[in-house]
Amino acid sequence: MKRLMNLNPDVYARAILGALPFILIIVLYIISSQARLAENPRDKLLPSFNSMASTINTMAVHPSKRTGEYTFWNDTSSSLKRLGMGIGVAAIIGLIFGILNGIIPLARANLSPIITIISLIPPLAVLPVLFIVFGLGELSKVVLIAIGITPFIIRDLQAKVLELPKEQLIKAQTLGASTWLVIVRVVLPQILPRLIESVRLSLGAAWLFLIAAEAIASTDGLGYRIFLVRRYLSMDVILPYVAWITLLAFMTDYFLRLISIKAFPWFHATDK
Amino acid sequence: MALIAVKKLWKEYGNNVVIEQVNITVEQGEFITIVGTSGCGKTTFLRMLLGIEQPTRGELLLNGKPFPEEPGEDRGIVFQRYSVFPHLTVLKNTMLADELGQSRIIGKLFGDKNKQAADKAKELLESVGLTHALNLYPHELSGGMQQRLAIAQALMKNPRILLLDEPFGALDPGIRADMHELILELWKKTGLTIFMITHDLYESFYLGTRLWVFDKLRLDPDNTNAYGANITYDIPVGKADRTTYEDIDQSLEKSRKVLVK
Repeated sequence: MKRLMNLNPDVYARAILGALPFILIIVLYIISSQARLAENPRDKLLPSFNSMASTINTMAVHPSKRTGEYTFWNDTSSSLKRLGMGIGVAAIIGLIFGILNGIIPLARANLSPIITIISLIPPLAVLPVLFIVFGLGELSKVVLIAIGITPFIIRDLQAKVLELPKEQLIKAQTLGASTWLVIVRVVLPQILPRLIESVRLSLGAAWLFLIAAEAIASTDGLGYRIFLVRRYLSMDVILPYVAWITLLAFMTDYFLRLISIKAFPWFHATDK
Repeated sequence: MALIAVKKLWKEYGNNVVIEQVNITVEQGEFITIVGTSGCGKTTFLRMLLGIEQPTRGELLLNGKPFPEEPGEDRGIVFQRYSVFPHLTVLKNTMLADELGQSRIIGKLFGDKNKQAADKAKELLESVGLTHALNLYPHELSGGMQQRLAIAQALMKNPRILLLDEPFGALDPGIRADMHELILELWKKTGLTIFMITHDLYESFYLGTRLWVFDKLRLDPDNTNAYGANITYDIPVGKADRTTYEDIDQSLEKSRKVLVK
């Protein structure tokens, strides 16, 4: 018998082992849900999959009687728009300052301390300030996401630029590159795949800030909906919404990785 | 006038003396191999030629003027590793020198100019034997091929001085012999001035026209940094005989025992 640490599962075993916890959770949920519903058919805490499906069906397929909109898709697109804009702004600012700080010592000396301090401010603590300054509209939500993840992206990219072998930067200079040309031909192309990595790592935080902002002040969005229906104990809305958010987060991460592999094959080959 | 003149050169980091009192001149077209124990300032000396370190005292002159304090186009470099750009193919890596030189804003060439640069790069790549690998990325190349690429890349700029920092240190012996032929051939063809650091004493005798040994003449075993290194042997390689080889080997061994514990 081999040691436990030397037992490697084959493809099938790995698939089964990986699926097991999911199946377990679903089975456990179904059993508990049925037990509660058998006792009280109007129980709201653990709704059956059927009732969840019909609720989401109503929200996604039938337009709302009050507004004429498809609530589910409307919430989704509002949230994704905010998330996309927040992350987009953060990525652009992060890229610019990350590269600047990484490659230009004067910029680093000038900006690194202030960025470190800003990154330590809990973004949710300044949310009231954002509401006061930018109002309760879209802007404050986008700004919250941007403020929340930009310092991380800047610091991450700055570190990644500093990790580029010095030899490369020296070589580029012996080939006649100015600071600007070193940035556009050597640093930027090598930092782009790392930017994607950095964005993938900050997706979780971005969702957190989005849902927090929507919960506090909004009239639509996935986070808004969850916190709205909480008052009515509508688990048949909350649970599918949480699952949907999780799926969206997973797919965003997956597609970013796919884009990176397609666009920067050299990065993923040397990565391993 | 000598291409490079070194006068009473010192390099210190605080109390740590790396190089002391070096006086030497180098003419255009010399091929200088540099050996020495680790910590004897050969890399520091090369970094000063490159422009990324400055002398603490004394003079380091290029054509009678102080060395520029940053890397420049007249001095090409090949490091032991990381000399090539991982995000560019072999051809693009080589073309980069022309792209950087001719397009100062976006660093890319188009149309005729692009084709000219590509043709020039292909010609160079042929001379280093990489014609079959034009569209490969560096991670798809062996160590020896990467170093060939690094050399072609540096030569694209027609530098007057080529600095080689243990360029073949990580290569297998067979491949190293091929690289020796390649570098000798390129040197004869271009008339470059080459400085090459190596750990391999045999290599330093075989290649080049002139051998320098960096070593510490005075050595305090309790404080090895108290005295700096100097060039203890400066010999035309053709004249070197067996006794000299053994002398150098022994003297290096003595320092190594004290310095590398």
